[in-house]
Amino acid sequence: MTAPAILPERGLADRLTAFFWRHPKTFLALLLTPPLLWLGVVYLGSLFTLLLQSFYSIDEFSGMVKPEFTLKTYAELLRPSNFDVILRTLLMSAAVTLGCAVLAFPIAYYAARFARGRWKAVFYLGIMLPLWSSYLVKVYAWKLILAKEGIITWASEATHTTAILNAVLALPVIGGNSLSTSYIGMFLVFVYVWIPYMILPMQAALERVPTSMLEASQDLGASRSQTFRTVILPLALPGVIAGSIFTFSLTMGDYIIPQIVGNSANFIGMAVYQLQGTAGNIPLAAAFSMVPIVIMLIYLSLAKRAGAFDAL
Amino acid sequence: MPSERASLGLKIAAIGGLLFLHLPILLIFLYAFTTEERTYAFPPPGLTTEWFGVAWRRPDIWEALWLSLKVASVATLLAMILGTLVSAAMSRTSFFGREQISLLIILPIALPGVITGISLRSAFGVMDIPFSTWTIILGHATFCIVIVYNNAVARFRRLSVGVLEASADLGANAFQTFWHVLLPNLGTALLAGGMLAFALSFDEVIVTTFTAGQQATLPIWMLEELIRPRQRPVTNVVAMIVFAATFLPILAAYYLTRTGSETAGAGK
Repeated sequence: MTAPAILPERGLADRLTAFFWRHPKTFLALLLTPPLLWLGVVYLGSLFTLLLQSFYSIDEFSGMVKPEFTLKTYAELLRPSNFDVILRTLLMSAAVTLGCAVLAFPIAYYAARFARGRWKAVFYLGIMLPLWSSYLVKVYAWKLILAKEGIITWASEATHTTAILNAVLALPVIGGNSLSTSYIGMFLVFVYVWIPYMILPMQAALERVPTSMLEASQDLGASRSQTFRTVILPLALPGVIAGSIFTFSLTMGDYIIPQIVGNSANFIGMAVYQLQGTAGNIPLAAAFSMVPIVIMLIYLSLAKRAGAFDAL
Repeated sequence: MPSERASLGLKIAAIGGLLFLHLPILLIFLYAFTTEERTYAFPPPGLTTEWFGVAWRRPDIWEALWLSLKVASVATLLAMILGTLVSAAMSRTSFFGREQISLLIILPIALPGVITGISLRSAFGVMDIPFSTWTIILGHATFCIVIVYNNAVARFRRLSVGVLEASADLGANAFQTFWHVLLPNLGTALLAGGMLAFALSFDEVIVTTFTAGQQATLPIWMLEELIRPRQRPVTNVVAMIVFAATFLPILAAYYLTRTGSETAGAGK
C-alpha cells in the first residue's frame, strides 16, 4: 500500500491554507487591507481635510471659517509679513543643509573608507545613537550650551577669547544678545539635530565607490586631490542630495527649535502652530503648510532625477 | 591603494565630528546634579543629588511618564501588526499600485511632522472628535508603521521562499508555517522594529502637540518646562529619563539586527 500523495484535510486551518494557495490575490488583499485602511483613512484623509481647509477663508468680522471655495487665503501668503516667513525658513533650511553637508563629509568619508573592525562599529553606533536619541533632549542640551552664562561663555573667558565671541555676536542680523538668542545659535542647533540624517546616506554612497576606480584614477596619473575632486565627489553627490532631502525638509517643518533658541523670528512651522492654536485661523495655517509640501514634492522629483533615491 | 591611510586632518575632523555629536548630551547629565536652580551657569557651583528626590515626588511627572508609556506601548503594538502585514505583502509580490503603496508608507516621515500634526488636528476638528489618549495613539501609530516596515521588509527579502515551500511540502498548513517557520525567522527584526518604534513614539513631540489637547506626555511636559522654566535641574533629571528610555531600546535594536546585512535604524 502506498501513502496518498495528498494529505487529508485536518480542519479549517488546512482548508483556509488551500483556499489561499488557490487565490493568492485574495490573500494579498487580506494582508493589505488593514494597513491601507489605516493609512488611507487616518493619514490621507487628514491630509485631504487640510488641503480642503486651505481653500476656505476666515470671515474678517466673526472670525469664523467660511466653508466656501476661495484662493484668498493663498493670496495672503504673498503679503510681505507672511512671505518673509517663507523666505526666512527657506534660507535657514538651505544654510542648515549646507552646514550639515560640510560637517558630515569628513565623518562619512572616514567611516566609509578608513574605519575598520572595532572603529567601524564605533562610528556606526556613534552616528546611529544621536540619530535616534531624544530630539527634545538634544535641543535642551544646546539651550544649556548656548546660554549666556553657559559653557561657551565660560570657555571663551577661560581661554581669553571673549573678544572673538563678542565680535561674532556683534555681527548684524545673524548676531544677537547671546548665542541662544541669535540666528547663529539656531543654525548650530539645527545642524546638530539633523546632521546624522546627512551622514548616513553620504556614507552609504561613499561605501559604494569601487576601490578599482580609485586605483584606475591613480594609474592614470591623478594626484590624490584630483582623484578626490573628479572621482569620489561626483560619485558621492547622490548621497549628499539624498541627505539634503532630510535636512531641508526637517528644518523647514520644525517649530520647536525656533521657539526655544533664537530671536523669536517667525518660521513656517511656528506660523502654522500659532495660526491653528491661538489665532484659530485654520485656513491660513493650512495654506502655510502647503508650502513645505509643494517644495518637498518639487525637491523630491529633482532629487529623483539626480539619482538620489538609489543612495537612500 | 598605496595611500590607504587617512590623513591626520581627516582623522581629527572625523573624531571631532563624533565628539560634536555626543558631548552635548553628556552635559545634560552634569546639569542634573547642579545646585544652581535658576540659571544654566557653567561650571556648576556645586553638586547634589537632591533633584532626583524632588523629581520622584512630583505627581505631574509620574502622570506624564505613565501617559507616554501607555501611548508608546499601544502605538508600537498597532504599528507592529500593520507594519508586518504590509511588509509581508510588499516583500516579494509585484502587483498593481505597489509603488504608490510604498510611497504612502514613507509619506508620514518624509513630510515634516508639523504637516502630519496639523492635518490630524484639522481632521479631528472637522469630525468633532474630542482629544483623548486615542487621538495621540492614532498619530503615533501612523508614523511608526514605516519603522516596523523597514525592518521587517529587509528580513523578508533575506528569507528564501524555499523554506516556506519546504514547510508546505512537509505538510504544514499556512498557520503552522507562520508559527514554526516565519515567526522565528522574523522575530528579531520585528522586535528591533518595535523597539525603535517605541523609542520614536516615547520621544515624539511635534505631532503630539497637535493631537494631545490638554494632556501632557513626558516630551510635552519637557517642552513646557523649556519654554517656561520652573525648576531647571528637575527638567534635567527628566531629560535623563527620556534619554535612557530611548537609548536602551535603540541599543537593543542594534544588537538584535547586527548579524544581518540589514540595519535597524537606516533612515528614521
